Amino acid sequence: MKTWFAGALLLCSLLQLPSLAHAEEIIMTRSVLAFPEAMLALQESIRAHGYTVSRVQRIDIGLTGMGYKTDKYRVVFAGKLEEIRQLTDKAPELTAYLPPKISIFAEGEQTVLVTLNPQLYAEIAGDAIDPIIFTHWESDLRSIFRDVNVAR
Amino acid sequence: MVKCAAVSCIMESDLKTTVINGINSMRLLFAVFLMVSGTLALAAPRGDELFAAHCAACHGDTGAGGVGVPLSFPSFLDSVDDDFLRKTIRYGRPGRVMPAFRILSNAQVDAIVRYIRGWSDKPAPVFSDKPVAGNAKHGKQLFSSYCAACHGADGEGGKGTGVTFSRKRDLPIIAPALNNPGFLAAASDGMILHTLEYGRENTPMRSFLVQGLTEQDLDDLVSYVRSFANGKTPFDTPASSTAVAKTITAESSYSLQETIENLEGAIVSQNFILIRTETLEHGLIAEGEEDSKEIILHFCNFSFLYEALKLDPRVGMFLPCRVTVTERDGKVMVTTINPLYLSRLFNNNELDEYCRQMHDVYSAILEDATL
Ligand code: HEC
Ligand code: HEC
Repeated sequence: MKTWFAGALLLCSLLQLPSLAHAEEIIMTRSVLAFPEAMLALQESIRAHGYTVSRVQRIDIGLTGMGYKTDKYRVVFAGKLEEIRQLTDKAPELTAYLPPKISIFAEGEQTVLVTLNPQLYAEIAGDAIDPIIFTHWESDLRSIFRDVNVAR
Repeated sequence: MVKCAAVSCIMESDLKTTVINGINSMRLLFAVFLMVSGTLALAAPRGDELFAAHCAACHGDTGAGGVGVPLSFPSFLDSVDDDFLRKTIRYGRPGRVMPAFRILSNAQVDAIVRYIRGWSDKPAPVFSDKPVAGNAKHGKQLFSSYCAACHGADGEGGKGTGVTFSRKRDLPIIAPALNNPGFLAAASDGMILHTLEYGRENTPMRSFLVQGLTEQDLDDLVSYVRSFANGKTPFDTPASSTAVAKTITAESSYSLQETIENLEGAIVSQNFILIRTETLEHGLIAEGEEDSKEIILHFCNFSFLYEALKLDPRVGMFLPCRVTVTERDGKVMVTTINPLYLSRLFNNNELDEYCRQMHDVYSAILEDATL
């Protein structure tokens, strides 16, 4: 029986997502919604996944004045206090990157979302942190992006 | 994940059941079999979902283009075979934004290719795999008079990529880089020749037979374009990408408060505007309860920001600029991201110079404030 399970588990792990070494470094998604609705969908999903939106930063002030084609560009900061505390405590390098953020900008009638793959934080933190937390973040992030992608 | 969890569930319940008679284990075997086959059925990749997850952000939800070039035009689909699409997905276009998707399985890549192919009602074209043997020297002359205006003197492509978001949508598509190792590894001679013969309708790329070149001229051009490869492959990593520090860090010889004041001065003297100073935990916890020994300074320079976003809208993720100051056990540290590390992630050569400048600005500010 034991070998059977080992076999089943092995098969399972073979069917798992591809290895981290080749992870997508930047994760993006597109929403067919216009900017304000996509922004709403994003923040709703972030909260539904148990994270706090700590700030929404405009970075488009002055852009249209300079001939830029969109005036809708924001960076959304989000995280969980306990996790952020634990990470910045053990891996001070991460203070430059945290809290995690998602940029969201209008592209014509639609909206594009971009963020770093949290797995990169594992690379930055080195051995100080158990990388499992970043695997969770990545899976939450992909789930949030899927929510925004399918929102209508 | 879920599937594995299910297996361990069975394993657990199995350990609990001490009675394992023949029938039970048969049942169990059958359950595992069902589960595994269920997993396989679930794993059959869906091209539409994969395209939405990995490609649509750049190429548009219907393939009409965005940061990336349009993929749904009949004139494009008629001039590329499935092998070109597969290889383009795998190799990407190093330095030209289009990522190399090594994370996708062969089955997933095939599903995406089938999905893209579904935008055309014609079958995929098939090109001769015979190498074209033209005169590259003559091709070079033709290239500089007929192609360089759009594709660059050395085939390096137009400035920018695809139909980037900071430009109007009705502006012409930017010409791809032809000297790109990803393009050269994906394109067969037959495919390049076909593109020159027929052009790509609805794009600035026109048929050069119609424009008066001969079949021999086109062969010569193909051989010249092929010579760009010059031994390069899409797998060569530029030296700069190896072992770059992920952050720029300095220990300050001043107190936390003095360091913050120094930073504010240094930021202004680098011609940046200080936007805001706040705790790293701002917004995550009630005001007043944040860790007051972790401080972020946000600052900006609008023309710099504008230039960066024009090159690649994705860099907004790292804007406005910021430095983080922390005090731990009496030690005051100042940290920023290292733009040189990030420049690699964006796979955009045009950002490299900007990232170098940004790196120098950050280093200067840190040095000014901590020494
Ligand atoms: C980060 C943006 C981005 C993503 C994500 C992306 N692409 Fe691209 N893609 C580009 C850009 C930009 C180009 C043009 C490169 C150039 O101009 O040299 C391109 C080029 C291509 C080409 C070649 C087109 C031609 O005219 O030969 C194909 C095919 C392609 N992409 C398919 C895909 C597929 C399929 C996916 C998803 C698996 C994908 N791309 C994801 C940006 C992207
Ligand atoms: C007026 C600008 C212009 C000129 C001149 C031009 N091209 Fe293009 N070319 C383009 C554009 C734009 C595309 C991308 C079309 C698309 O999106 O499908 C392209 C696509 C191509 C492709 C396919 C590249 C790919 O990634 O799929 C090849 C090969 C090519 N051109 C070769 C040439 C050669 C050789 C010449 C000179 C004989 C030439 N082009 C002249 C604008 C131009």
